[in-house]
Amino acid sequence: MTPEVKEPFHFFTRQCLTVMTGVKAKDLKEFLECLKKVPESVLYQHTHRFLWEHQHLVPEPPNDFAYWVTHMLQDEKLGERLRAIDTVRFSSLNDLRQTIVEAIENHLKKPNNHRQVPEGKEFYFMRSIRFSIPTPYQAGNLVEFADCLRKVSTSSLYLHIFEAKLRPPLGINDFSYWFENNLGEKDLAKKVANLDPYLHTLETLREKILSLIEMRFKSLAAS
Amino acid sequence: MPRLEEYREIAGPSILEELHLLARHLKGKSILQINSTAIGGGVAEILNRMVPLLNELEIDTRWEVIKGGESFYAVTKKFHNALHGDSQTIRPEDYQVYEDTLDQNLSQMSLEADVVFIHDPQPAALVKKRKTLKNRWIWRCHIDLSEPAPPVWDFLRPYIEQYDSCVFSAPSFAQSLPIPQILIPPSIDPLSDKNRELSPEEIRAILERLHIPTDKPLITQVSRFDRLKDPLGVIEAFLQVKPYLEARLLLAGGSANDDPEGAQVLKEVREKAEQDPDILVLSLPPTSHLEINAIQRASALILQKSIREGFGLTVSEALWKEKPVIAGAVGGIPLQIVHQHSGILVHSVEGAAYWMKKLLHEPQLAKKLGENGKEHVRQNFLLTRHLRDYLLLFLSLEHAGSDMIHLQ
Repeated sequence: MTPEVKEPFHFFTRQCLTVMTGVKAKDLKEFLECLKKVPESVLYQHTHRFLWEHQHLVPEPPNDFAYWVTHMLQDEKLGERLRAIDTVRFSSLNDLRQTIVEAIENHLKKPNNHRQVPEGKEFYFMRSIRFSIPTPYQAGNLVEFADCLRKVSTSSLYLHIFEAKLRPPLGINDFSYWFENNLGEKDLAKKVANLDPYLHTLETLREKILSLIEMRFKSLAAS
Repeated sequence: MPRLEEYREIAGPSILEELHLLARHLKGKSILQINSTAIGGGVAEILNRMVPLLNELEIDTRWEVIKGGESFYAVTKKFHNALHGDSQTIRPEDYQVYEDTLDQNLSQMSLEADVVFIHDPQPAALVKKRKTLKNRWIWRCHIDLSEPAPPVWDFLRPYIEQYDSCVFSAPSFAQSLPIPQILIPPSIDPLSDKNRELSPEEIRAILERLHIPTDKPLITQVSRFDRLKDPLGVIEAFLQVKPYLEARLLLAGGSANDDPEGAQVLKEVREKAEQDPDILVLSLPPTSHLEINAIQRASALILQKSIREGFGLTVSEALWKEKPVIAGAVGGIPLQIVHQHSGILVHSVEGAAYWMKKLLHEPQLAKKLGENGKEHVRQNFLLTRHLRDYLLLFLSLEHAGSDMIHLQ
């Protein structure tokens, strides 16, 4: 039904180990200072890793920073602002950091925004050690791809759909890149790229991509 | 003991596949687990399940238990209390007993393994032998180390610093140390008596045997009778909302026979419970796993209103049964409950009372929290995730200092 391609799609999976940095913040000022200095692996832990760990919740909490500001610091206004930052649209963790830093700096310019959490409710900065692990799943065409997609873990989905945007080619998920550049499936690539992660758990996202592929099969069969 | 395959349906097929993928990279490695007791206690319980599963994944794992006399265990009990933040009088000869006992163990124990995995403070000083060996060492601390008493921590710290990595259960337990501090929360076993599925008949029979009526919704806290679990605060919260609720409160906890303070707390709880016939107090023996399972499953709402907590795994146990949980935001509880997503975090008696009323009056919200809670536990607090974290930990030792590890 679809031609074989030169470059098969090899599914990898992502696993993480969490490392505690020993750095904590009890108010926004401390939080901001730490946020500016911590390595990118800390940003990853509290945004991407947090999203993956909570992706099965409906509705899902967007990132650890917004969660702490809202529920521990009880600063609803800033919490709302941080919640609205679309973590997975960024192609660089440093750009994501800068956006969060700017939101907090703007907030701190206004009076009465300097509250503190009680002891025990501090923000603990942690970093991720990321592992990329090859899986046995490999696809040479769209049929094989759909078959693999039904079997791979949600960690693999996360790696290829969301985290892929953080590495070259920047800003595009691995599936869409492969569909467009190896299968010439521009339309399918675009539809997958446009799926909103916040509206789906990874399982429903898997179903959504599979149904897009099924629709493509039907249109190919009809033509 | 259940085999790995038995977890497939419950934990999901992906995690099993990933365990096998990771284990492939550890094939041929040997792991030596060392703790201070073969039976009783949470660590032995975990190792009893973990060691066979690691071997099933073809990672050669053996488990040794250190030997010590009464004086050694009296000293390590003091260490344990001090590390929890209690002030203890520790004499120079106590430290000597600790050192001598571990030296005796070192003279009798083979530490030949690629990774030596030491659990808790009792065997921590075995690491002094590592200079003569070319292997990796991990210290796994299962206790709450958020405010350790300085004399004991100052004594142990030079030993801990000789390890390659250490592991804690909650972010607030992290210390200032020059070695990586890994966060690995504990887990529940979904196939154990405490967590396995029960039929409605089994639940009914157990509740009848325990004389727990089920004609009104049951609000339950399962916990030791300990001030840090705030059972009196739970009663207070229940009494505040009782005029607006048709419900019963059940406080079920371990027997307090060997704990004078526990007996006193139980007495106070019983006295306060007399204010309302809808408050039930149940003292259970420590082996009542099935009973606790049935009580949790029969409950409409579960509380864990702790003021201080190690990890608070009873929260995951309740969430696993799809129950809405209201819990104190302390220790490891905030890892298990994402406020208003997978449960409710509270900071006061009034907060607990407010959410008790709200969740009983809004069953759809309660149901959603329970469903989310079960999924959260499935993803993050089952034994299979714990096993996966250990495999990642062993792999991380071979790539020290790297935040991005590509396995081939």
